[in-house]
Amino acid sequence: MRSWQAGGAGLVARAVVAMATSAAVAMAIDVDPAVLDAERARVEVIARASTAAVAIFAGDGAGGSGVLLTRDGYAATNFHVVQPAGPAMRCGLSDGRLYDALLVGIDPTGDLALVKLLGRDDFPVAELADSDEVQVGDFCFAAGNPFLLATDLQPSISAGIVSGVHRYQFPAGTILEYTDCLQVDAAINPGNSGGGLFNAAGRLIGINGRASFEKRGRVNVGAGYAISANQVRNFLGCLRAGRICDHATLGATVSTSADGRVVVSDILESSDAWRRGLRYDDEIVSLAGRPVRTVNAFKNVLGTLPAGWQVPLMVRREGRPQRMLVRLAGIHSAAKLADLVAGGLEPGPDEGRKAVEKFRLPEVVADLYEPRPGYANHRFNVIERDRVGAALAAHRDTLPPGPWVLAGRLEGGEEFRIELADSLASIDLPTGSSSLAVDEPFDRNPAPPGSGGLLAALVVWRRLVTEGPARLGRTAYWGTAPRDPAALGDAAAVDLADVLETSVAGVEARCTVDADGRVLAVDLWTSPDAEPCEVRFAWDAEAGGPAALPTRIDVARGGQAFGRFVVERPAAGEAAR
Amino acid sequence: MSEGLSRRLAAAVIVVMACGAMVSAAVPAPQAVAAAAARKVVKIHGAGGVRGLEAYQSGIIVSPAGRVVTALSTVLDAAQIDCVLDDGRRFPASLVGVDPRRELAVLSIEATDLPSFAVDTGERVSVGTRIFAASNLFGVAVGDERVSVQRGVISAVVPLAARRGAAAAAYTGEVYVLDRTTNNPGSPGGAVVDSEGRLVGMLGKELRATATGIWLNYALPVDELAAGIEVAVSGGGGEPSAAPSGSFDPRSLGIVLVPDLLDRTPPFVESVLDDSAAARAGLRADDLVIAIAGRTVASRAAVQQALAAIAPGDPVRLAVIRGGDVVECDCGARPADTGVSP
Repeated sequence: MRSWQAGGAGLVARAVVAMATSAAVAMAIDVDPAVLDAERARVEVIARASTAAVAIFAGDGAGGSGVLLTRDGYAATNFHVVQPAGPAMRCGLSDGRLYDALLVGIDPTGDLALVKLLGRDDFPVAELADSDEVQVGDFCFAAGNPFLLATDLQPSISAGIVSGVHRYQFPAGTILEYTDCLQVDAAINPGNSGGGLFNAAGRLIGINGRASFEKRGRVNVGAGYAISANQVRNFLGCLRAGRICDHATLGATVSTSADGRVVVSDILESSDAWRRGLRYDDEIVSLAGRPVRTVNAFKNVLGTLPAGWQVPLMVRREGRPQRMLVRLAGIHSAAKLADLVAGGLEPGPDEGRKAVEKFRLPEVVADLYEPRPGYANHRFNVIERDRVGAALAAHRDTLPPGPWVLAGRLEGGEEFRIELADSLASIDLPTGSSSLAVDEPFDRNPAPPGSGGLLAALVVWRRLVTEGPARLGRTAYWGTAPRDPAALGDAAAVDLADVLETSVAGVEARCTVDADGRVLAVDLWTSPDAEPCEVRFAWDAEAGGPAALPTRIDVARGGQAFGRFVVERPAAGEAAR
Repeated sequence: MSEGLSRRLAAAVIVVMACGAMVSAAVPAPQAVAAAAARKVVKIHGAGGVRGLEAYQSGIIVSPAGRVVTALSTVLDAAQIDCVLDDGRRFPASLVGVDPRRELAVLSIEATDLPSFAVDTGERVSVGTRIFAASNLFGVAVGDERVSVQRGVISAVVPLAARRGAAAAAYTGEVYVLDRTTNNPGSPGGAVVDSEGRLVGMLGKELRATATGIWLNYALPVDELAAGIEVAVSGGGGEPSAAPSGSFDPRSLGIVLVPDLLDRTPPFVESVLDDSAAARAGLRADDLVIAIAGRTVASRAAVQQALAAIAPGDPVRLAVIRGGDVVECDCGARPADTGVSP
């Protein structure tokens, strides 16, 4: 009895001291101005971060937190926060106003979701930091809506330090796997989910989403976990696509060998990793440019990557390092993902209508919601596809109409000539000539031989540029992927570019487009199991000719180079004739 | 570039915030203190893993030659106890001794040149001292992953009046009460350091306040830690026992019982320490203890009680079942409530 009372008294005394204003303290004792400056700076940082904090009300007493990332209202939150809400929700900001918001995209495995607040184009935003820079001991604070207390829409702030970095948290009875997450002692309570975790500079280092709860009930016990900002950045493009995103698998499992190395213990022969040469007992050295020394580190790196990315993998076999670029498959099938999010997020045609009725969407929201299998909200896919289409169009406008001719020399010095016209594509190589009629099934003509469909890829490229994604077969916005996968890990920040997915004339293609509307890459599959034809375009600012046409084209298939085409004479329209 | 600059600025702000009114260039950055403390804390793996009893806790390295101090708990009721260092190296640990009163144990691992804390028994730190607690709470760190670090303040220095389940905590001396939720599963044995990285205490087991039932966040002050280590390693040379009945540790006789994981764990012998009274008496692993000093014992807890009821110096006679036969073992005189004889 006595001990607790004494302890309580001590706590009270301390709390009183802590609550006294800095001014009062300044009167009582001589406070170093640096301390007061630091305090002022911290107050300002927290005030600024608070403006980007979102209180999410998902209906029926459900809800949580979010954080604004863009001026036009895109906000990140947790999948488990929006799951009960369906396509629409209301969001409060610290300006005291409630905004209509709707679901954009979800990542059920990584527990991420993107929503869009409506009604402004000047929302306050939080800036994503590089979360790999975060160190244990760093000051951090959470701004959110714990216990849904923010009935006045003002976020609650809880401060602490980073307790651990690169933590791996097993899926606890759910699919929500927290990989490579940040662990903090700032109080993370129910309702903080989806809210921002900020560093001392007020930049966003993570999205709070999970805490260790145990016998003491569902309240903070000093261990909260946040999805890292870098993982958020990797998935943001896929979320903006309105998709139900999936996480990546290498198609191989790893384990720790007796001497402590991380080695491949099982591998699917249908995986790209196998085709690239990964084998049993290979030691994993690095993945996506990050060193792998433990099984958890492997899971951590993999967990931050969207399915479909191509990443470098470094292995060691019999002491010799080997480097390969591997395409990561999805963990779940589309059907499985749909099951996982069942509950109105992935409705069939009828259920979609029901969902809309159930939530009685305001008109302004209903116009922006379109259910479709595989998507959380297909409407945003169209928005993103059209955005990339506009960039492509701006680029196209620098070219005159008519055929494109790319002539020059292969790396060995032999001449080549590629002509891409509206009805026919042809290529002259030292080994012979081939052509492809634009109206024939591309999958039956993977010319030139050995390329896996180079002409088809070039036709897709030209049609994408000249006709735009909306008119090219079935084209969807896929999301973002590294502009140069091989360079992952070389630079601190991942350089991401938009990716379009196209199904046309019997082939599937993925086209990477930069912000200026230049197509950087086309990967083309003539069948789902075939090795794709990989075409990479490069520009040399010094070269003449139309700026829209590349000065170099690298073509590869199955990890082998097909050819490097140095374009010496690019021409379009009349000049090409 | 600008990121790096802002990081350095941020670090500078944190330093200023961390040391409050006592701004001093000598105070290291909290990141450095956290890292240094975490390097000197080990992850301990032992018995448990069922019914809410964790099979892991934390330990503090107190000598470069591999001496580790930790909380005395069921985790240590294992034939093999492993310590995993900050660099991922895993060592089997041997039990050097225990201090049942302070509920701490000293382990030894065969390693050298380890980063270690000085167990400095200077003055106690005062209420209001900022601290970092480094422990493997919830077992989130595995292998070479660094233990978790929390930040807090010493809220009070008070005598401990606490219980675990229905049993009162053995230790009733003073503890540091902390303002963070530091005492979680896996935390016991974690290090509490001040803002300059000096060891000021060790996180204790999860306990509730006797008066209120509230879970306590507390640490054993470093002077008590030092005294406890002394008791544990000297194997009886320490201070007079103030242990309440029921806290006698059978390991004092060289008997390691199976982990007490059930309501009535059958008192099987897990192992017998070499060259101990029990070994000399012929006790063996897998013996089931059925009676002590003529009184039947049906559970592990009952064994502990029965042993505690024997006055120090009085004979300890056990009856065990081995292969269907009842075997009598005379373990000699009961020692005081101290550590294992070396």
